[in-house]
This record gives sequence, C-alpha cells and structure tokens, in this order.
Amino acid sequence: MQKMMNSLINQAFQNAKSENRPALLTYTVAGDNTKKKSLEILKSISNHADICELGFPHNTPIADGGQIQTSAYRAIKNGIKINDVFSIAKDFKKIKKNKPLILMGYYNMIFQYNENKFLDKCKKSKVDGLIVVDLPYPENKSFATKCKKKRINFIQLVSPTTSKIRLKKIIKDSHDMVYYISMLSTTGGKLKVSSKEILQRYSKIKKQNKSKNVVIGFGITEKTIKSLKKADGLVVGSAICKEITNSINRRQNAVTNVTSIVRRLKNKIK
Amino acid sequence: MKLKKGIPLIDQHDQHGFWGGKFGGSFIPETLKKPVEDLTNKFKKLRKDKKFLKQRDFYFKNYIGAPTSFVKLNNLTNHLGGAQIWAKVVSEANGGAHKIYNATVHALICKAMGKKYIVGDTGAGYAGKMLSMAAKKFGLKCKIFMGAKDIKRQKPNCDAMRKNGAEIVPVYSGSQTLVDAVSECMRYWVSNCDNTHMCVGSTVGPNIFVKICGWSTAQISRELKLQLKKEFKKIPNKIKLINCVGGGSSAYGFWSEFIDYDKKKIELIGVEAGGPKKSKLHAAPLSRKTKIGILHGAASYVCQNKEGQINETESISAGLDYPGVSPMHCFLKDTKRARYTYATDEEALDAHQMVTKYENLNPSLEPSHAFAEAIKIAPKLSKDTIIIVNSCGDAKKDRDILKERLCKK
Repeated sequence: MQKMMNSLINQAFQNAKSENRPALLTYTVAGDNTKKKSLEILKSISNHADICELGFPHNTPIADGGQIQTSAYRAIKNGIKINDVFSIAKDFKKIKKNKPLILMGYYNMIFQYNENKFLDKCKKSKVDGLIVVDLPYPENKSFATKCKKKRINFIQLVSPTTSKIRLKKIIKDSHDMVYYISMLSTTGGKLKVSSKEILQRYSKIKKQNKSKNVVIGFGITEKTIKSLKKADGLVVGSAICKEITNSINRRQNAVTNVTSIVRRLKNKIK
Repeated sequence: MKLKKGIPLIDQHDQHGFWGGKFGGSFIPETLKKPVEDLTNKFKKLRKDKKFLKQRDFYFKNYIGAPTSFVKLNNLTNHLGGAQIWAKVVSEANGGAHKIYNATVHALICKAMGKKYIVGDTGAGYAGKMLSMAAKKFGLKCKIFMGAKDIKRQKPNCDAMRKNGAEIVPVYSGSQTLVDAVSECMRYWVSNCDNTHMCVGSTVGPNIFVKICGWSTAQISRELKLQLKKEFKKIPNKIKLINCVGGGSSAYGFWSEFIDYDKKKIELIGVEAGGPKKSKLHAAPLSRKTKIGILHGAASYVCQNKEGQINETESISAGLDYPGVSPMHCFLKDTKRARYTYATDEEALDAHQMVTKYENLNPSLEPSHAFAEAIKIAPKLSKDTIIIVNSCGDAKKDRDILKERLCKK
C-alpha cells in the first residue's frame, strides 16, 4: 500500500538521493518553438533530468524574466493552445511512463479552462504535478485540495520574503515537493545572493519537515549549480530556454544543444 | 451581489480582497506576498493617522491645487440644446491630470515606509509624469516603465518625466503598451521589493493598489459635492456623472461620494475606449462583453481570448488603452449602479473638436471619450438635467496625435 501511494515525484527524489546527488529539474515551454520540437526536446532531456517541468505559456507573465518570456511568446506566436500542451504531456508520458512531469503556468489559463476540467485533463494526460505562479497560499487552498484528491501534486512556492509563520503554514499545506525561490528576482536573473546564504535559508525550510522535498530554482546555471548541490533538487529553466533561442538564431539543432546542456548540468551535480 | 451603503466602495471587499465575491483579489507571486502585506498594514494605519491625513490635505491643497474648478459649459449647452453641460476641470491639477492624486499619496506612503526608490507604470504618460513630479518633490529616486509604442506617441509627457529626473524604462515586449508596462513594472518590483515601493497607476492590480488609488482620487468627488451644494444650494435631482474609463481611477474618484445616491437621481456613466470605428480591437472590457479573467494580480472583466491570453487593445487614447479594468467598476457594472458604454476614436476626436471650438477647455483624448457620450445624450434630455463631465486630463500631451489626425480630415 505504502508503495502505491508513493508518487513518481517522490520516487524521483528518492532515486537521486540513493545516488547521493540532488534531483535535476528542467523547465521548458510547451510549443517552443513548435509543438513537435518541444516534445522532442522534452523526450531527449528527460534522459538526464529527473523531473521535467513543462510551461503552458501565457502572454502576460508577471514573474518571468526575458529568456522564458521569449520562449513563451515564441510558442504562442506559433499557435500553441492549451490542448496542445496536454497532448504534448500525454505523448511524453506514453513513452516516459515513470518520468514525473509537472505543468507550470499562470492561473488565468486554468481559470478560463475551468479548474475541474483542467485537472481532469491533467489526470488523463498523466501529469504528476502543477505549479501555478500567481496563485499563492492561502488563496490556493481550494485548488490545492482538488489537486490532492486527484493525486496531482500541487507544488507550493516559498521565497526569501516568506515570513516564518507563513512558511510553517505553507509547508504544512504542501504535498511532496516545495519550490524555494532562491532570491528576489524574476526567473533567469543573475544569482545575486551567495550560495551559502541560499543554503542557510534552504535548511531552515527543510527543518520544518524533513520529509518534504525542497528544490531551489531561479538563477541556476552551469556556473552556479554545483554550489547548491546540497539541495534535494535544483531547477534550471532560463538557461535552457536561452539555449533554444540561441540554437534557433544560429540555425542549429535545438534538441542536441539543449540535451548537451542538461547532460553537463547533470554531470556537475553527480 | 449588493452594494453596501455608508461604506466607501474601496472597503467593500471580502477578506480575500474580492468585491462582490469575484472581482479583485491578489493573484501575485509568492515573493510579493510580504511586500503587499506590509503595504496593506501600513496603509491601514496611515489612513487613520491624523498627521498623515493633514499632510495629504496640505499637499493636495498647496501642491496639487485643490479644489479644481467646476464650471458650466454655456456655449456647448446652448449649441446642443437640452441638458446643462458642466465640467469638473480636474486637468487644472498640478501636472494637468488626476493622476497627481495617486502619485502624491504613493510618494507619501513610500516616504513613510522608509523606502528611497519608487517605480511606476504609465500609458498616456500622465501617471509617469506625475509620479516623477511627486518623486522629485519628495526626494525619491524614480523609474517609470512605459511601452515603446506609448513613448513614441506621448512624447511631451516623456520629456517632462526626464526633466523631473526620472528614468524611463522602455518596454518592448508584447504590444509595447500599458499592459506590458504594468507587467514589466511588477517584474521589476518582484526583483527589488526590499528597497523599492511600487505605484500602480490606476485602480487596478492587487487589491491594495486598487484601494490606495481609489482613496487618493476620491478627492475629486469630495470637492464636487461641496461645489454642487454651493452652486445649487442642494444636490440637484437629475445628475449624470460622465467619466472615461481605462483602468478607472478618475471615474472612481469622480463617483465615490455619489455611489450611495439613487441611480435615478445621480446616474453614473462610464465611457470606455471603443477603438477605431472599423477595427475589431478595442479597450472596452465592460461595455463590449468580455469574460472575467486574471490580469496583473486581479480578477476583472478582461479583453482576452478563449484560452486566457490577454488580447491586444487599440485606442487613440493611450490612457484608456488597457485590456482590463478596475474590479470596483466590474462590481458597479454587475450591481447595475453604473452604466458603461464606449466611444470610438473618431467620436472622441469629434468631441474634442467640438468642445475646443465652443469652450475655453482643452480636454485630452481620454476625457474626450466622456464628452462624446455627453454630446450624444444631452440633446435628448430636459433642461433641468445636469450633466457633469470629468475633464480629467489636458490635451497638451496629445499635441502630435491631434495634429496628425485632425489635419488629415
């Protein structure tokens, strides 16, 4: 019974832990730069990543920096629709059954689709988790409960500005995974805090409940990833989106280029 | 859904910040939770603080120049026949528009919070210009986010901002207008919220910004109420208060004291930007049937597609060129307290021409939308009906657009 309840997300963290390394989480935007290409990228990088985050793009993203904005606008311009995102997810999970997939985006897209319909669709596409950037605690309580009922992980975010009391409540309400935002920044900012400081704050979060998997994201690149190795997991998004942009500009194969970045990232934390 | 009497509309939201249970709220990234909470607590205290209120009133009077005048437009009234047309000439305020109220209050709050940097968004450039003025006045460093398209079309206001020592950050993403400027400003605040205060330029955004802005512009209707009593000895029985609505800050400020009145006595009419006559694009979420969506941290009627992507808008008036609208106006619409309609670019231009021809008044393209509605309905109304238009901005900033559009004709 215990095993059946263990989510793929949890398993991925356990697996990384058994290899004495943090889990590697990647973020790419669905439909960047085409539906087909983004699925190819996802499939290829998942050979090295432990958990894949897939963004459903929104054209008014208030927490994303330039790189992810560029990817999102490109995907939208190329006609990506929310149902395409689900079909990418579904096709991915058909081949990579045990690879956890997390959808990430802004609440208006879910709101327009209808919360319940959105979650049904997630379930059908075998999506393992959800991150909703602009639906913070406690406003997310009812939606998070709905997710839990469907055994979809609702991933709470905490940041350097999160107060102690709030942190306690958020951790208590969280599912298997908590996402720690490394610094005051949009995605893809330059890491402006020392890794020591980040890890200090990280361990305070961890102390609340050791069984929660806490990942660190924002500002993580090939340069910075090694210094944060102690975390349960590390998320790389903008660095990957940037490589897709560069590959397109240079008319190179984005799949190969992005895959080698992810491979290198993985090697750095092994 | 029901309006309450005796409570300012800015305070008629629930504990989660929603008006009517569904408009507003605070859909913000986790990082902004704390700064928004700090600001909320601070504002709660400040608005009850006698010293702060005295300070506000002092600057409203001596810096902004309250009260702005309330005048009858005799020539326009005679020309149209029918209702009397009056104007509340808010454009007399220091800087030339109502945006100075919100900017001044935000600068005072910023100072009270001990922050040295202030950032803001702007469309027509008025919010930015006023914030740069207030920042200069109170010794704050100021950054203004503005769409690249708007920078081009509102040059006079940009010049003013630079003159006041503010840095203008051009925004090239999306449609390069107000919607993108607000997004970019919020992103900047996410990254710098520890030492920077953010001013949202209208009654939009996360709940607290709607409240602060509404609290600031409410000065307009406080003045008008006194002026009405002085002019007519009591509040007249048939009043129509017509105001343009982009984000809705001037309309809220113009109406706030009169919301409790029966709508048969005081009708509130909001005029949105209908865009070019032949275009499908517009910036009129309230009057042209849109669905509720989340934009810039609040739920409101929003110009968006079925998927929830925010639509591009189009209007000759940069100040109204915004796909969302204040949650308070959504509430006023659904409770049927206010009526919302729109005027096209062409109608606004015609109205501008007519008003400037007959009166010594130079309304910018934004209030020209309100005048368009006044001109439309006045001839059909009785002589004892008092139409009051909030002439909330001066057309100096529209110099280039007016030259181009009116010469072509």
